[in-house]
Amino acid sequence: MRNISIVAGRELAAYFATPVATVFIVIFLILQGTLTFNLGNFFDRGQADLNPFFNYLPWVFLLLVPAITMRLWAEERRLGTIEMLLTLPITQGQAVLGKFLAAWAFCAIALALTFPIILTVRFLGAPDMGAIASGYLGALLIAGAYLSVGSAMSALTRNQVIAFVLGVAVCFMFAAASYPLVTDFLSRNTPVMAEVARRFAIVDRYQAFTRGIISLRDLVFFTTFIGFWLFLTTVLVDQRKAD
Amino acid sequence: MSPFPLDRGSLWRLVALGKCRSGGAHPLTMTQTTSPNQPALAPAQESAISAAHRHAREKRDVSDEGQTVLIEIEGLTKRFGAFTAVDDVSFTVARGEVLGFLGPNGAGKSTTMRMLAGFMIPTAGTARIQGHDVQTDGVAARRVLGFLPEGAPTYGEMSVTGFLRFCARIRGYRGAELASRVMHALALTRLESVRLQPVETLSKGFKRRVGLAQALLHDPPVLVLDEPTDGLDPNQKHEVRELIKQMRPQKAIVISTHILEEVDAVCTRAIVIAAGRIVADATPAELHDMNPSGKLDDVFRQLTLEAA
Repeated sequence: MRNISIVAGRELAAYFATPVATVFIVIFLILQGTLTFNLGNFFDRGQADLNPFFNYLPWVFLLLVPAITMRLWAEERRLGTIEMLLTLPITQGQAVLGKFLAAWAFCAIALALTFPIILTVRFLGAPDMGAIASGYLGALLIAGAYLSVGSAMSALTRNQVIAFVLGVAVCFMFAAASYPLVTDFLSRNTPVMAEVARRFAIVDRYQAFTRGIISLRDLVFFTTFIGFWLFLTTVLVDQRKAD
Repeated sequence: MSPFPLDRGSLWRLVALGKCRSGGAHPLTMTQTTSPNQPALAPAQESAISAAHRHAREKRDVSDEGQTVLIEIEGLTKRFGAFTAVDDVSFTVARGEVLGFLGPNGAGKSTTMRMLAGFMIPTAGTARIQGHDVQTDGVAARRVLGFLPEGAPTYGEMSVTGFLRFCARIRGYRGAELASRVMHALALTRLESVRLQPVETLSKGFKRRVGLAQALLHDPPVLVLDEPTDGLDPNQKHEVRELIKQMRPQKAIVISTHILEEVDAVCTRAIVIAAGRIVADATPAELHDMNPSGKLDDVFRQLTLEAA
């Protein structure tokens, strides 16, 4: 546990020691703000909720989260620092988990900085604060899901661009599984796959959170999803660290 | 001038070498061990060798007194597809020894060291550090190991102290002890003047010393240093060598190097590796004797070109 937090602490500090943190947070806030207020018609809807904000979040994350995770392992391998890190007395699982938690904490910080939108909606009306809180929890979980996929993709290659593209592609598969375009196509051609896709549709599950529904089933799903991809990361790191 | 008594150390090492080469090779001829196609030895020769073996083993038992074997490598092999990078390498290193690991580029030095540090998974064979298998008991093995990877990679955006504090925390130190460990490591490697600078802004020599400081932080009984003096200026090289000499009595040290003068300067014993195989395992003085010229350069060329 101690080792995990030491690795996570170092990693998180590294985000802020480089321009990565600033660029990410600024772009994230601008994108989210623009989408919510312009495309989402935040004001014209005349409703005191954060739906326009939450609706775009999975897509903004889809683009930005793999940008955080692409360096996670690919850079360590390219620079050779992985050899230093993994010859310290820690297990690979601790390193994988530490790095993941750092990235997750970083996403949490970025999310927390969207607080003005809550203030705005509070000022304009009387929103359901419970739904907002559970929406933020869902946002955190979907970020975690993307991060775990991204970390596995980063462990796959030493090239950060490849890690990014693969990360976006795989995350997109899980995100798009919720949308009629995909589900209709699948149910017409392979009904079995449609059922599978529906179960892995992370955006569906996320939307339940934004409506204020926190179900144990969804929590278990996200935990297992993240756990699976982190396990895969550990296996990949172990297999490819010295290549 | 080797500080290691010659007749005592040398013979048992030769025997150890003979054993690791599946026991069949002549233990007293270095070059023979490199050619697996050597005709089988005549029975008379064989018995003479086993007598030598016995004799040498008795000698070794005597010389083993007070010496603890800290690094044991048995039949270490690494294949990448069809290419064999390290081929059945075995040796041991005891406390008080500085083993120089020599060989041309691509001979398998770094690969062997990576496997010893538990970073690379061997295709076959085992490595143990202070009795801990680096694969099955890796964390315990790495706890007693100070490892300087090839090229001394460090996190560039961290300050020197920040990086060393990170390593010290991982190694379980806290509070005042953590601070004193870091200060001590900085002092040993003469990094005090740059301790607040980001590592990426440092020159190559300083970076190398940051890696070295990281390896020395916890005063480990086993040190594995991949080219510790590469990129250092002559003064810094001298300092690092003095440091290694100072630490020698308490530790088992393996250093890899291209610089043959380093063998005479710090090593009590040298292993020459070529094409993944050990072609010589001897004291520096013995190495000198292998070529009529007495020059290590010539010995190195003779040993490694024959193997290639």
